[in-house]
Amino acid sequence: MSDITSQSLFELTSNIKEKKLSSEEITKAFINRAEKSKKLNVYVTDNFEKAIYQSKKFDSNPNLDLKLPGIPIAVKDLFCTNGVRTTAGSKILNNFVPTYESTVTQNLWGQGAILLGKLNCDEFAMGSSNETSFFGNVQNPVGENLVPGGSSGGSSAAVAANLTPVTIGTDTGGSIRQPASFTGTVGLKPTYGSCSRYGIVAFASSLDQAGPMTKNVRDCSMLLEVISSFDQKDSTSIDYKRNYYSKELSKDIKGKKIGIPKEYRVDNMPDEIEQLWKNGISYAKDCGAEIIDISLPHTNYALPTYYIVAPAEASSNLARYDGVKYGFRSPGQNLIEMYEKTRSEGFGDEVKRRIMIGTYVLSSGYYDAYYLKAQKVRQLIKKDFDDAFSTVDAILTPSTPSSAFKIGEKTNDPVSMYLNDIFTVPINLAGLPGISIPAGKDKNNYPLGLQIIGKPFDEQNILNISYALEDKINFNNDISDWWLSE
Amino acid sequence: MSIDLKTVKHISKLARISIDDEKANKLKGDLNNIFEFIEKLNELNTDNVQALTSIAETTLRFRKDEIKSENIREKILKNSPEENKDFFVVPKVVE
Repeated sequence: MSDITSQSLFELTSNIKEKKLSSEEITKAFINRAEKSKKLNVYVTDNFEKAIYQSKKFDSNPNLDLKLPGIPIAVKDLFCTNGVRTTAGSKILNNFVPTYESTVTQNLWGQGAILLGKLNCDEFAMGSSNETSFFGNVQNPVGENLVPGGSSGGSSAAVAANLTPVTIGTDTGGSIRQPASFTGTVGLKPTYGSCSRYGIVAFASSLDQAGPMTKNVRDCSMLLEVISSFDQKDSTSIDYKRNYYSKELSKDIKGKKIGIPKEYRVDNMPDEIEQLWKNGISYAKDCGAEIIDISLPHTNYALPTYYIVAPAEASSNLARYDGVKYGFRSPGQNLIEMYEKTRSEGFGDEVKRRIMIGTYVLSSGYYDAYYLKAQKVRQLIKKDFDDAFSTVDAILTPSTPSSAFKIGEKTNDPVSMYLNDIFTVPINLAGLPGISIPAGKDKNNYPLGLQIIGKPFDEQNILNISYALEDKINFNNDISDWWLSE
Repeated sequence: MSIDLKTVKHISKLARISIDDEKANKLKGDLNNIFEFIEKLNELNTDNVQALTSIAETTLRFRKDEIKSENIREKILKNSPEENKDFFVVPKVVE
């Protein structure tokens, strides 16, 4: 049997069901490795003591019919966990201990999973490198001083470094897919309305979705099956029949029509990414898929649209952090001064920047010029996809315009940081499902990802295409344990 | 168009975030760069386009208006920044 922490979710659940491993053995193996991996800075809060207790409890009376029987899982620190500190990577929530559980994490525990701890992320999920976190940046296990992507950077690093078998992140403009691409892991953003947003610290409510981050496509299908559910507590949750994604997973994609959008061939894109895309196309052909050239004419307008819509929603959502009912408070002479000092000291620079953008575009006299204009362009972007999906079943693109960059490289230039999400943002604006799978490496040996975009509620199809491509790509992350301490 | 220092200060007031002059100047630069990038949308004519209001294309559900007599006062007050078991405490508002 291979080392416990390097096993996939599928292997671990099989080993538990066949009684070859106990939950306690598995839980302790991940905790031991985490103790030696502090250099990566993936944990904001650990739950190790309670996790061992819960694993013993599971082993004493194991229910092997569950989908995640006694499996320890760490989650992004954006999911509220009852009795366990939830910070969203922010000073303003540094001392916040929720008294309720998010629906998505509740779904995990309901299927037998055990909370290992809370993973680092960009502050309020605003960032593409995990550098905006109040708790410091995360190291990418792929190489020293490389960013792990963001905002789910602690999550992507933890999966790549074998510190959790699988994890869940959130994706507002690429925050699952971009870090997955930077770390050689799999990340899926489901259709808007698939996974409940209840109990997830809100960033931009019309774009936010939770989703699985895993080592491979099969694990991704197993985890999606658990977290995707209809929920009365989320007014935008959609009641539809979800698949048994893992059972219906198939490499047979013969005859599937896959679209290649010409607008995703952007200026200054490295040749390696162009080549990666070509390889993906030829693998899809080898699997019997039909390749069709398509056009998504408003692609170039997606990022400017996103940087109006997302900050506008964020400025409204983050109005609740005023130091009155929970979180950090800075004292003031009067109520207004208390608000202003609390928010000034409690939020980091990127969050303040986005609140300021959002406040401005919603302010009197500017609403029509910015917010309304952006919502109109968003309609055009959505229509591009609607038109494309009348002729194709899925769309294949690169996940990101570059591989992982160095820590500190882009922190002084917000716009260059924003450009990271150029291929992922349109999918959130249109509410579609998208997955990033590892597809190759650049000249520095850093991973690169391919993105497969599907029709609404067609997660099964993009999982199947990913499963077929994964087999052909045969990606090997080959990470040395450079960060381990004794 | 460009955003001047006075506008930055005005927005910070609206957003209830106090900023000093140094920060305001830095933010002015950042915001101007970002808005220059956003202005790209003006290339598009959207006169006959209907704004997107909901991505999910569903109407919001109704639920029954029921009283749930769960006593959660303690839970709600648990994370209160200033210790008081019955109320949230704020600086004096009425003189």
